[in-house]
Amino acid sequence: MRVVVQEAPFDFAAEAAGFADGRHDMGAVVTFTGIVRDVTSGDLQAMEIEHYPGMTEKALTAIAEEARQRWSLGDVLVIHRYGRLHAGDKIMMVATAARHRKDAFEAAEFLMDYLKSRAPFWKKEHAGDSADWVAARDEDEAALTRW
Amino acid sequence: MDVLYFAWVRERIGVPKERVETDAATVSALVDELRAREDRYAAAFADLSALRVAVDQELTDFDASIAGAREIAFFPPMTGG
Repeated sequence: MRVVVQEAPFDFAAEAAGFADGRHDMGAVVTFTGIVRDVTSGDLQAMEIEHYPGMTEKALTAIAEEARQRWSLGDVLVIHRYGRLHAGDKIMMVATAARHRKDAFEAAEFLMDYLKSRAPFWKKEHAGDSADWVAARDEDEAALTRW
Repeated sequence: MDVLYFAWVRERIGVPKERVETDAATVSALVDELRAREDRYAAAFADLSALRVAVDQELTDFDASIAGAREIAFFPPMTGG
């Protein structure tokens, strides 16, 4: 299991290729990548991501541990960036390896649902002359109830 | 103890972190003390339903005890992913 919180970009292709490599008992790998989306029709100058150093790593590790307890997983990877990002940049990725795809898919969705609402990150969109904190969505909180 | 603020709470209060000496027993009691300090605190803590709190880096609620806590953080609902 690996949890990484960093400002620098990560190499998604290399991470995906290296994840669970050589684990011949794992029949399924699921990866998810979150990308900065421009919802301002071309005006997005930057997406600033603030986090809580210390708590972020703890919260992500706890979420990954929880996933390992609930599903049969061979490995889990979570990478999340902070700092100033731009449209098209990869913000984060999760990867899960399991013997069967159901565990890998469900655990990846669980990780995403939880890290959206339970890991201490906050997004601020800089567009035109304004900068606005992205509001948490009720749907994201509601998504946790299915687990 | 150290009190930390993130995102718009940090912007409204004007500092990311400060040292607070308090005898407050719970997060709510600490919030009441902070509110009474200055308008910027009263503004930041006007609606607790818009805020989340962590005591020693664990999410908790406003009724939680802060006895012996080293670090209390206030922030809006998280928007990771």
